Amino acid sequence: MIAVAGFRRDMLWQRFTIAIPYLWLLVFFLAPFAIILKISLADPIIAQPPFTPFFDGQGGVAATVDSYLFLLTDKLYAVTYLKSVFMAAVATLLCLALGFPMAYGIARADEGTRNLLLLLIVLPFWISFLLRVYAWMGLLNNHGVINNVLIWLQVIDKPIAFMYTDFAIYVGLVYSYLPFMVLPLYATLERMDLDLVDAAQDLGARPSQAFWDITWPLARPGVIAGCLLVFIPAMGEYVIPYLLGGPESLLIGRVLFDEFFVNRDWPLASAVAIVLLLLLVVPIVFLQRSQARDAEGHA
Amino acid sequence: MTGNAASSTPFIEIQNVSKYFGDFAAVDSVSLTIGKGELFSILGASGCGKTTLLRILAGFETPSKGRILIDGVDITELPPYERPVNMMFQSYAVFPHMTVEKNVAYGLEKEGIPRVEIKRRVGEMLNMVQLDTFAARKPHQLSGGQRQRVALARALVKRPKVLLLDEPLAALDKKLREHTQFELMGIQYKLGITFVVVTHDQEEAMILSSRIAVMDKGRLIQVGTPKEVYEYPNSRFVADFIGTINMFEGTVVGFDDDSVRVNCKDAGGELVALSDAPPAVGSPVCLAVRPEKIFISKHEPDNTEDTRLAGIVEDLGYFGNLSLYRIRLATGRVVQVSAQNSRRSAERFLEWDDKVFISWRPRSAVLLTD
Ligand SMILES: Nc1ncnc2c1ncn2[C@@H]1O[C@H](COP(=O)(O)OP(=O)(O)OP(=O)(O)O)[C@@H](O)[C@H]1O
Ligand SMILES: [Mg+2]
Repeated sequence: MIAVAGFRRDMLWQRFTIAIPYLWLLVFFLAPFAIILKISLADPIIAQPPFTPFFDGQGGVAATVDSYLFLLTDKLYAVTYLKSVFMAAVATLLCLALGFPMAYGIARADEGTRNLLLLLIVLPFWISFLLRVYAWMGLLNNHGVINNVLIWLQVIDKPIAFMYTDFAIYVGLVYSYLPFMVLPLYATLERMDLDLVDAAQDLGARPSQAFWDITWPLARPGVIAGCLLVFIPAMGEYVIPYLLGGPESLLIGRVLFDEFFVNRDWPLASAVAIVLLLLLVVPIVFLQRSQARDAEGHA
Repeated sequence: MTGNAASSTPFIEIQNVSKYFGDFAAVDSVSLTIGKGELFSILGASGCGKTTLLRILAGFETPSKGRILIDGVDITELPPYERPVNMMFQSYAVFPHMTVEKNVAYGLEKEGIPRVEIKRRVGEMLNMVQLDTFAARKPHQLSGGQRQRVALARALVKRPKVLLLDEPLAALDKKLREHTQFELMGIQYKLGITFVVVTHDQEEAMILSSRIAVMDKGRLIQVGTPKEVYEYPNSRFVADFIGTINMFEGTVVGFDDDSVRVNCKDAGGELVALSDAPPAVGSPVCLAVRPEKIFISKHEPDNTEDTRLAGIVEDLGYFGNLSLYRIRLATGRVVQVSAQNSRRSAERFLEWDDKVFISWRPRSAVLLTD
């Protein structure tokens, strides 16, 4: 009896301790979300604040979906969303292609080397994100380190215009988000039993087959977590395209910023943000599903 | 099919194989031949290089020195996926993301065998290891013993020439282990596949094997049938490692016909043992006697050919089928004696502190020089 009561109390306590951070997250996610949703359903006006009130003052609601309709009619938005999805997806795949061998190497290194390599992965976080992106401007511009070295090596005779191109954006995205790919991948690969790969080879699989049959499926939780951790922030990224990208690389983060602060069309900007959020919810749901399935398979 | 009988033609030939990790020799100049259809055990303490030797046979480690032949073919340079050898891992290494059926089918799929045949062979194999009702389960839904059988089935279904088993029973509880030992022997007998089993459990090795190799610090110390290794150990290490034994250190003082007289301070005088290759007078030797070879009596035995020593019962233990005694000699040395409890009696034959005599036949003692 006492044990049961104790158990109950433990459960309550556990729920309570979990509930607090969740409540915190819920409040500070839902509240801004509700505010943005409300603004997106208003009309822009020149006033303070620059949108019509949600309640009309007579107990009714003055909502309009004009901003959303505008998003649909002007092709610019669709193109920008698509371009953002595309660039974020490419950056994610590049991070995966680079990050997987890195994570694999780290997970298989001996303990001392492993800790050093992990430290090197997180080392960039000690320097401000903005500074690091500025540093890339210094590296990539026409008189930057990379062009100078290439000219000195006589690989090229005129500087290559890296800056203000999609290429520069990819460099910035991959560089900035690579650690978010490597760390979850490392965590899954490090836990993996090496005997499994040996067993596959023992049963007749070539090393490449053993990789695709065993290592890859078992690393999937890490791959998915890493991809989402890169894709989601890359999708809404503002600083990197703004500093490294050209005028034609218009991404959704830039549009969002411009609508809010340049055009002061808050309802439209909010609508852009809400649609962006919906676009991101899809991969998150995908992650949840897949993680639930993996939990079932490995518990 | 040769069955369980070890044929004399060498099937696996390990020729002077060494494996170094840095300066450390995990396997040190091992030479060994194993016959077709043998159930061969490699026995040794933890860290003596058993797994390393097995991994060399499977192809996961390349030997630093030496060659390996299977069925006359040099496989030293073959990668694991091309060897006619399968291994059952110490950790079982059952693929966690595949069902039992998929696990067992994996090796056949890699061989490119037609689906229908894969299905049939997997079905047969699951039947044999009694897992047919678990075919659709994932490994995390299985018990340890069932996972062990998946690992076994997965390796056997490939019909390898040699099956390597790394501590196949270590993770099972005592009851299941004993049961599985006999199952393994049955399967081996039925399929006639050569089994090489690694174990650190000497009892398991004795029960299972046609022959045993005893390893220590990367080197082979003795190879022989369980009986040979038990009755005629070639060194102090083997004598001590397998079973219990009383060892008396001493020096050779002389010979009478084929018997050797050894002066043992511990025993308080000279002891006698038989030897085909008697060591030189004055050389240090060890005279070893198994506890069950020693007779115990309250009165001094008449047979003057036997070795006879007097002592008192220091300790005794009753184990149902037999009793163990610890007899303290006048020199202070304690000798272990075991005796069958053939009589059923309410009274104990011996009590603590009884004065007794122990004796053994000269041929029961083993003379060890290494
Ligand atoms: N990859 C390696 N690098 C360095 N040393 C190794 C390596 N693999 C094994 N060893 C060492 O070689 C020795 C033999 O190891 P092995 O795994 O063969 O022992 P074992 O007899 O199987 O022991 P156990 O009964 O505990 O499984 C050990 O001392 C081990 O530390
Ligand atoms: Mg081992």
